[in-house]
Amino acid sequence: MRIGVFVCWCGSNIGGVVNVPRVAAQAAHFPYVVYSVDYKYTCSEPGQNMIANAIKEYNLNRVVVASCSPRLHESTFRSTISRAGLNPYLLEMVNIREQCSWVHANEPDQATAKAIDLVRMAVAKAARLEPLFESSIPVTKKALVIGGGIAGIQTALDIADAGHKVLLVEREPTIGGKMVMLDKTFPTLDCSACISTPKMVAVAQHPNIELLTCAEVTEVSGYIGNFTVLVKQKARYVDHSKCTGCGTCWEKCPKKVSSEFNQNMGERKAIYIPFPQAVPNKPCIDADNCRLLNGQKCGVCARVCAAQAINYEDQDAYRQVEVGAIVVATGYDLFDWAKAYGEYGYGKLVDVITGLQFERLVNASGPTDGKIMRPSDGKEPQNVVFIKCVGSRDEAKGKAYCSRACCMYTAKHAHQVLEKIPGSRVFVFYMDVRAPGKAYEEFYQRTVNEGARYIRGRVSKISRKGGKLLVKGADTLLGAQVEIEADLVVLATAMVPAQCSREFARTVGFTTDQDGFFQEAHPKLRPVETTTAGIFLAGCCQGPKDIPDTVAQAGAAAVKVCTLLAKKHIATNPMIARVNESLCQGCLLCRDVCPFKAIEMKAITGPAQGRTTQKTVAQVNNGLCQGCGSCAASCRSGAIDLQGFSNEQIESAIQTLLEK
Amino acid sequence: MKYAYFPGCCDHTSGREYDVSTRAVCRALGVELVEIPDWSCCGSTPGHSTSHMLGVALAARNLALVAEMGLDCTASCSACYQRLAMANVEMQNNQELCKKINWVTGKPYHGGVQVKSILEIIAGLRSETISAKLVRPLRNLKVAVYYGCLMVRPKEVQVDDPENPLVMDGLLDAVGAHALDWNSKTECCGASLAISNEDVVLKLTEKILADASLAGAECIATACPLCHFNLDMRQRKINQVFGSDYRLPVFYFTQLIGLAIGLTPIDLSFNTHFVDTKRVLELVG
Ligand SMILES: Cc1cc2nc3c(=O)[nH]c(=O)nc-3n(C[C@H](O)[C@H](O)[C@H](O)COP(=O)(O)OP(=O)(O)OC[C@H]3O[C@@H](n4cnc5c(N)ncnc54)[C@H](O)[C@@H]3O)c2cc1C
Ligand code: SF4
Ligand code: SF4
Repeated sequence: MRIGVFVCWCGSNIGGVVNVPRVAAQAAHFPYVVYSVDYKYTCSEPGQNMIANAIKEYNLNRVVVASCSPRLHESTFRSTISRAGLNPYLLEMVNIREQCSWVHANEPDQATAKAIDLVRMAVAKAARLEPLFESSIPVTKKALVIGGGIAGIQTALDIADAGHKVLLVEREPTIGGKMVMLDKTFPTLDCSACISTPKMVAVAQHPNIELLTCAEVTEVSGYIGNFTVLVKQKARYVDHSKCTGCGTCWEKCPKKVSSEFNQNMGERKAIYIPFPQAVPNKPCIDADNCRLLNGQKCGVCARVCAAQAINYEDQDAYRQVEVGAIVVATGYDLFDWAKAYGEYGYGKLVDVITGLQFERLVNASGPTDGKIMRPSDGKEPQNVVFIKCVGSRDEAKGKAYCSRACCMYTAKHAHQVLEKIPGSRVFVFYMDVRAPGKAYEEFYQRTVNEGARYIRGRVSKISRKGGKLLVKGADTLLGAQVEIEADLVVLATAMVPAQCSREFARTVGFTTDQDGFFQEAHPKLRPVETTTAGIFLAGCCQGPKDIPDTVAQAGAAAVKVCTLLAKKHIATNPMIARVNESLCQGCLLCRDVCPFKAIEMKAITGPAQGRTTQKTVAQVNNGLCQGCGSCAASCRSGAIDLQGFSNEQIESAIQTLLEK
Repeated sequence: MKYAYFPGCCDHTSGREYDVSTRAVCRALGVELVEIPDWSCCGSTPGHSTSHMLGVALAARNLALVAEMGLDCTASCSACYQRLAMANVEMQNNQELCKKINWVTGKPYHGGVQVKSILEIIAGLRSETISAKLVRPLRNLKVAVYYGCLMVRPKEVQVDDPENPLVMDGLLDAVGAHALDWNSKTECCGASLAISNEDVVLKLTEKILADASLAGAECIATACPLCHFNLDMRQRKINQVFGSDYRLPVFYFTQLIGLAIGLTPIDLSFNTHFVDTKRVLELVG
């Protein structure tokens, strides 16, 4: 055994606190160490060359690098030693930056002592490392995109344009998500529908994209490159292969209900398309509201449909699909403020509306043809109050986080009121104004210059006063109470993860954060990946964001998918769990603890005490295992080991510390 | 049903009607109230605004007396209720404070007593109990039900939803009255600032009266002697200062319930109000 130790200064990041030369000098005395050295920037080209040369010169067969986090440079150093002819898994990294110099910045002596101990352990472990080899698995060249908002649309188009097949699954009757509901978009104020509906059409017409609306993913199994997905096509009661989208049915349907697309500010029929530019432009029947499906007399739509496309017997159907990669783009919902904000009337004051309702009101194709009017009496409001951070940045009643888009869309709304209603007055209650994007601050300033009055403070109460609303709040800059008689109040409500997203994450097999948004693998370095290989994120399902950020992330997710689908085979990480079948008792405790569902049951026959017997053992699915090690820790008979972190390797690291 | 009853100082002075009507209604509905022997001030405004310790200690002494009676405790005044209930919570959650207070009072209290407001108790009676006794339904009498701030705050002891409480509304609806949907249910009346800063009280109380009239109220119902004092006794002064002409009778909810179950206005002390109650009596018939 010939071990080389390389201790890095990381400039002054480590060297400013830890006595790096001393660590290297001490390491030289540890068992099997034949070479030990310190260096300013080990990850640099000369640094890497130094390692490669030392391997050859000193005939090293194990390498320990004490530096930054393995998350940052493990792969760098693996390829370094592999270039020098060593198996890349014969490397052990010690993190003496985050774990020493950063956390013990004011205790250089202790930091140095700790670094020496950590290197001692790494050397002991390295002496027991074994070469590991990657294997390869084939890739199904098709992607699944779940959620057809702007995030899903953009991802699907990008992947399809790169030449790969895409299946886009949307649970509503149309794609488009929230963006098609918006009127204009900040900061350029271009018409939202004008930039999103062409993309929706492009999705419908793209030869590489298959679109399923009114559909949901109900089961996902398999692993990167080889997922098997069960998709439920909910009953639509209209055969889209026959339907021509002529529109006679929804014209004649006698049943009116309030329209979700118009945020309940308008009506639709029981057989409907959500809005005129919907994609697909063919209707479906809302079974909860259809007269015929609820046992009443009707059947009008079937009678008027020349294409005979209506089918009242339609049933939910399931379809199994094989895909190589999955992008989740399920977006957000708005915080249910009416449940939490009693001081704003628990949703009972009809002239208190949400931002999304306001978008429908100002939208030229909305329920009022773009005329801003109060829901109570249809009059044009003169005084409009906007309240920001309703449910955002409010741990007591809502969520702790900032919803990021509200400052900007409130500025947009304020501008729209001032522009459309001459003589109107606009008040915006705010906590901070956050405008950190290109041309964002300018946009906000423009609204202020147009006359929107920004008042820093929360609103404590909204009550009725005659036909108006009395908004009471505090101006914390003036230190005074303010009361405003308003005709309309618009709430900027928090973005929360889409309905049922926690269960959905479990179905697909990845994790959520404390607020229920989908967890990225690393907030900075792997923002579109999940901890499950082959599953990627785009848009607001990962956290609140605006359209530019959503589209950027969607593009990034598409690139990740293309990178994956461009390969015939992918190499698997060999640092996964391995079962020693002769020790395994078949209790399958490991199966219960595995967060990635990577352990299956296997029946084997083998000789035991001179006879051939049957027994059950655990089996690791190499495609699914992420190498977290939960199973190894839970196994009572020590039958599971994590390669690269075997019990023997960890024990020897601990042992050496105890023997010190 | 038997409770240790804490009448409180107001109920012996400015809020006598509350005490009288509470006792009368409870007797009629089968709730036995046993006055706490040797009770003392609950530690309300003057007490707890002087010193936190003093506020808790005064209440804790009363709770210790209740514990000796082996009963749960109720208070009619919402300030008394709030002080006793809050002290109860604090004594249970803060061992350090509990020890100190017990040393100060010399009358150790270690929890175990439940404190309920009289509103909760009466509202908790099964609605049949009350409707069985109903002889004079308050036929659509429009009432602005006023809870004030102490009944629904703070969170640890709140009797109902702090933004839109409904217990008292439900109770009055059950005896035939019409509880109005209005805005100032839980606004502050200025409470005991009446003594130190009357201007503030006049302003706040005027708003409540204005709101009640705007909603079409024929009377106001309260559950707190301080609210009653500010709304009833001060109404004339408000009219003088603001040039208004409010003539809104202000009742304790117990008086209205009592009326509905057949007690006489004299039993319920209607005659000691400042704003004439005759109009309401005529309406009810
Ligand atoms: C009032 C308001 C105004 C705004 N104005 C602007 C603006 O002017 N400029 C700007 O940049 N941003 C604006 N935004 C932000 C913008 O709406 C979002 O950035 C954008 O819509 C995010 O797109 P998305 O695709 O991630 O999510 P979404 O638009 O929510 O799309 C998600 C889609 O996934 C579907 N879905 C959900 N769950 C499932 C499931 N389990 N299976 C299948 N499908 C599912 C949904 O039905 C939906 O179609 C505004 C937001 C609001 C609330
Ligand atoms: S009438 Fe028939 S063809 Fe026309 S839109 Fe309706 S279902 Fe389609
Ligand atoms: S290491 Fe074990 S727990 Fe972790 S994924 Fe593999 S099998 Fe599951």
